[in-house]
Amino acid sequence: MLKIDQLSKTFYPNTVNEVRALQKVSLTIEEGCFTAIIGTNGSGKSTLLNAIAGTFIPDTGSITLNGQNISKWYEYRRASLIGRVFQNPFAGSAAEMSIAENIVMAMKRGQNRSLRLAVTQRVRNEIADRVSVLKMGLEDRIDNPIGTLSGGQRQALTLLMATWLKPKLLLLDEHTAALDPKSAAKVAELTKYIIEKENLTALMVTHSMQQAIDLTQRIVMMHRGRIVEDYRDEMKKRVRVHDLIDTFDRLQKRELFDESVAELLLKQYV
Amino acid sequence: MNLVIGAFTMGLILSLLSLGMLISFRMIRFTDITVDGSITLGASLTAVLIMSGMSPWLACLIAFLGGAAAGMITGILHTRFKIQQILAGILVMTALYSINLRIMGRSNIPLLDTETISGSTETLLVNLSGGVTKISLFGWPVPAGDLAVFISSLAICVLLSIALSAFLKTHFGTALRATGNNSQMVRAQGINNHTMVVFSLALSNGLVALSGGLLAQYQGFADVQMGIGMMVWGLASIIIGEALVGKSGIGITIIGAILGTILFRLLIAIALRWGLNPNDLKLVTAVFVFLALVAPTLFKTLTKSIFGGQRHA
Ligand SMILES: Nc1ncnc2c1ncn2[C@@H]1O[C@H](COP(=O)(O)OP(=O)(O)O)[C@@H](O)[C@H]1O
Ligand SMILES: [Mg+2]
Repeated sequence: MLKIDQLSKTFYPNTVNEVRALQKVSLTIEEGCFTAIIGTNGSGKSTLLNAIAGTFIPDTGSITLNGQNISKWYEYRRASLIGRVFQNPFAGSAAEMSIAENIVMAMKRGQNRSLRLAVTQRVRNEIADRVSVLKMGLEDRIDNPIGTLSGGQRQALTLLMATWLKPKLLLLDEHTAALDPKSAAKVAELTKYIIEKENLTALMVTHSMQQAIDLTQRIVMMHRGRIVEDYRDEMKKRVRVHDLIDTFDRLQKRELFDESVAELLLKQYV
Repeated sequence: MNLVIGAFTMGLILSLLSLGMLISFRMIRFTDITVDGSITLGASLTAVLIMSGMSPWLACLIAFLGGAAAGMITGILHTRFKIQQILAGILVMTALYSINLRIMGRSNIPLLDTETISGSTETLLVNLSGGVTKISLFGWPVPAGDLAVFISSLAICVLLSIALSAFLKTHFGTALRATGNNSQMVRAQGINNHTMVVFSLALSNGLVALSGGLLAQYQGFADVQMGIGMMVWGLASIIIGEALVGKSGIGITIIGAILGTILFRLLIAIALRWGLNPNDLKLVTAVFVFLALVAPTLFKTLTKSIFGGQRHA
């Protein structure tokens, strides 16, 4: 279970560039729940995932995962509980190292690295075995540098790596956004397959509302650093793409209204 | 023949420098200038310790540890105190200059008629060949002492290369190599990339200092200035090695670095024979590295025409 409590983060505080990326965000994700996060650009979705992963330490608030308060843990330490796939398909693997070498690192995620030979024959067989599930023919190429693969292949492998050891939480940040439509569909399908099979707790940021509706059990909508909607259970089952779009529109209208009201007040009082 | 053996011996000794720099420059991608100071540190430590009667082997080990400490400090300056790579290296290198002077007590220590690590090999060679001090090699008379240094350097180089190659293939070594490739990915796999950088720089500078320790014994002196430009020499050797063997596989890369260093020393020996002013050596090397860095395409066509396109991608 993931419990986020009153998380806030402001970039460049007290300057003209001040950005309140997260404003007292609280969110609890039950064990085994696959949740989507949607929202406009710059609404703080990536910032929220980065805060959970430990890329930076938030200004206030706490994060509890698997019963442990991980708020003060360094990023690399949190990796023992968290698997991640990034938006950039090249971010999740070491390009110049082979598929096998990349995967062997994931096989030890969050564990001590011994002075034993990493890529043994037994490990190679295991890798070839699990990679063949992708049906991309990569099992015959496990000694090739991972940089020679396409973005879609790399993203599929990154997903496999992130879940090789069952993580307490899987973080996916628009992990299909940079792929061509065919690869994106394939990676989305693989995501669903792995999450269901392993019954993972997962948070997925996506710009595709259809994807959010089709794949997940819960949809959280963010806007301006806040959670503004939370569709779950029966509500999630009923929600359709146009409902989500309506909500977006309403948010944007309210914002315009806010601004024009502010302007009006300014005119009157200044 | 003596020239060739000399260049080979020098190449083998300095290939430890290249191997160390392979770890910092190529594996964790750290532009580490500490090298210029730590090679001198290794030489001065070894010289002083041997002069004080310590076993040359133990002196070499301490040189290694000294270099490792220097590299560790550079790593900590960079990771913990967020000082840029080059500046962190310059700080430690500058500090090492004073430290080396302190260790030696003066700017130069000659090592004449002292124990060296090749001493026992030389005795063995002389005994084997029935007491003569010149041994015939392919018909050329070679001093047993020179041959002994060559054999010892070769043995050390081969053993360390095998150990390094095996180490880099372990779980820990794999994580180390990935750190320079993609530090974000490494953190996401639960590896502390800062620890990896500090460790790598320690290992790297340990090897460099060991190289300095062997160099002092071979040259017969340690000098506080001897490290100047060593980083560029190492880089030149690595670049030549990569041009020779490419970048496929750890073992190949290590062999490449060693061959590159030897070839570089041979080229230098030949150039000096042909009348190159030794004072111009560093300038020539710097220009060479510059060319290799800014014009890799030009360099590739150059090597291709030299080697007749036998190699392919
Ligand atoms: N490292 C950073 N430094 C400064 N500003 C940042 C940083 N990361 C995000 N921001 C800002 O925080 C806001 C939220 O960004 P982000 O979380 O990336 O949005 P999104 O919902 O599109 O993923 C944006 O205004 C962005 O410019
Ligand atoms: Mg984002």
